[in-house]
Amino acid sequence: MLFCVGLYGVLRKRNIIKIIVGLGIMEYAMNLFFVLLGYRFHGRAPIDANNQDIFNMVDPLPQALVLTSIVIGLAVTALIISIAIRIYEKYGTFDITKIKKLKG
Amino acid sequence: MKAINIIPLFVIIPLAAAFLTSFVGRLIRRSSEVIILITSLALLGFSVYTRFLLNSVPGKILVYKIGGWMPPFGICMVIDGLSGFMLVTVNLIAFFVAVYSLSYMNQYTDKPKFFTLFSLMVCGMNGVIITGDLFNLFVFLEIASIASYALVAFGTEAEELEASFKYAIMGSVASAFIFIGIAFLYSFTSTLNMADMARILAYKQNAWVIPFVGVLFLMGFGLKSSLVPFHAWLPDAHPSAPASISAMLSGILIKTLGVYSLVRIFFNIIGSTQGYLTVLMFLGAISMITGVVLALSQWDLKRLLAYHSISQIGYVVLGIGLGTPLGVFGGLFHLFNHSVFKSLLFLNSGSVDYTAGTRDLKETGGLGKLMPVTAKTNLVASMAIAGIPPFNGFFSKAIIIIACLQKGFTGYAICAVIGSILTLASFMKVQKFVFLGEIKDKLKNIKEVPFAMLFSVVCLAVICVSGGLLLMPSLRFFLDDAVAVVLKGTSYAGIVLEAAAK
Repeated sequence: MLFCVGLYGVLRKRNIIKIIVGLGIMEYAMNLFFVLLGYRFHGRAPIDANNQDIFNMVDPLPQALVLTSIVIGLAVTALIISIAIRIYEKYGTFDITKIKKLKG
Repeated sequence: MKAINIIPLFVIIPLAAAFLTSFVGRLIRRSSEVIILITSLALLGFSVYTRFLLNSVPGKILVYKIGGWMPPFGICMVIDGLSGFMLVTVNLIAFFVAVYSLSYMNQYTDKPKFFTLFSLMVCGMNGVIITGDLFNLFVFLEIASIASYALVAFGTEAEELEASFKYAIMGSVASAFIFIGIAFLYSFTSTLNMADMARILAYKQNAWVIPFVGVLFLMGFGLKSSLVPFHAWLPDAHPSAPASISAMLSGILIKTLGVYSLVRIFFNIIGSTQGYLTVLMFLGAISMITGVVLALSQWDLKRLLAYHSISQIGYVVLGIGLGTPLGVFGGLFHLFNHSVFKSLLFLNSGSVDYTAGTRDLKETGGLGKLMPVTAKTNLVASMAIAGIPPFNGFFSKAIIIIACLQKGFTGYAICAVIGSILTLASFMKVQKFVFLGEIKDKLKNIKEVPFAMLFSVVCLAVICVSGGLLLMPSLRFFLDDAVAVVLKGTSYAGIVLEAAAK
């Protein structure tokens, strides 16, 4: 659901900043989804200690993966925002309908 | 040193190079150029060595276990026929592009940064090729993509920023689809190792997840490889990047991130069904025709080449989508050939841009007399891409068309022939307007490009001419092994796990 909100933002909005926010929402959506996949009801933190059985632990692997994915998302967002700033310097607008020197 | 320990070097070397070029390159002038030359040459050497090494290994597969963990738990790196083939292709083009950039990038300001991003891109692509783990594939794919977004914007002019923004947004959406696909597969199989995943999927038949995941991956990797409904970013991104990067993007990036991953996932993990193959063939045929028709009307040299990339990717996907041994053989052969001649064409367009200062076809003309070598190499590449007999493009296109006819798809075969004729027409236009005809006044005093640029275009042209030799029996293993891996389908799992257990 959240994913669709983000996708709507990317596809439908005309402001560059709103597109970037849409992308961010999409990334959160997929990260949340992945973490939820590993969730067990009444689970506990996946820390291996003595005299605790491993049966009701939350699956730790998605958490590790999502951590990586968040970092990647950060890099992409930082890069896109820096590009957006440069675009604003060149064009003086954030409206993508006015930014079209390229056509094909 | 054991031979198998070479495998991680394909990731380590470019990563180290990326670090060194940004760090040392700032302190000592020109040191970044030396570093990039040595590392790309080393990578080319290692990839060719690994390819020959594969022949001496039983089962033709090498598995490296990171940290010594066994595959279903730890991450492993796998080199088989297909990976070996892609590694040689990628590192070959990367080496020539690196040599070319030594001179070409003089017109931009910050060379060390360029080489840092370049190494990161090579690192990402090598990683995608050799990894045996689905999430690792995603991470390497993102490394290569982020580096390429930055490289497209390298000139920081208005058009370049716009193209890069478009590319970055579409690329991120594609990555999101791929990530969701991986998440679904993980929840379904509880493993991320490709081989293990294929093993588990093989006995969980009739699951609703698989078609859904298939569509997600098709959208994600289709966007990365710019098949036609998803192609909008490519004609902007490729012309805007520096020419050497256009050559990398068009020559190998869309193939590694798009076609290779698509083949690996659909054939080796999910297992190919007729449905997927039909979709692939259909997309291939549409890309082939749309790309070339749009290319005909272009006046910007690099934009024209970019549309041809779409069209040629169509050929590759059509060949692979046929699913017959001959079709896959033709598709992979065309993939290799296209890397060579499309890189060559983009590098030539860079040379024209470098000397003449424009790449508008209406403003150039008569450069053939002033730049004889570039004109000749461009002629070779144009003939190769159009499929004129002695050049490599002819053989691969002919194989694809024959494979189409063998399987009874006359319509697709006709599409392929029409695409080829239109390609020829548009390259006649390039030759006429750029290299033949009257010399414009303001272009009178230009000279041929520097030696480093000439060296790489001439070498690539030689490969273009001699590419047909790969069909000779003694060299055919290069392609045959790659085809064998694709056709083995999901039995890939057993082979990898068995090799890892040793």
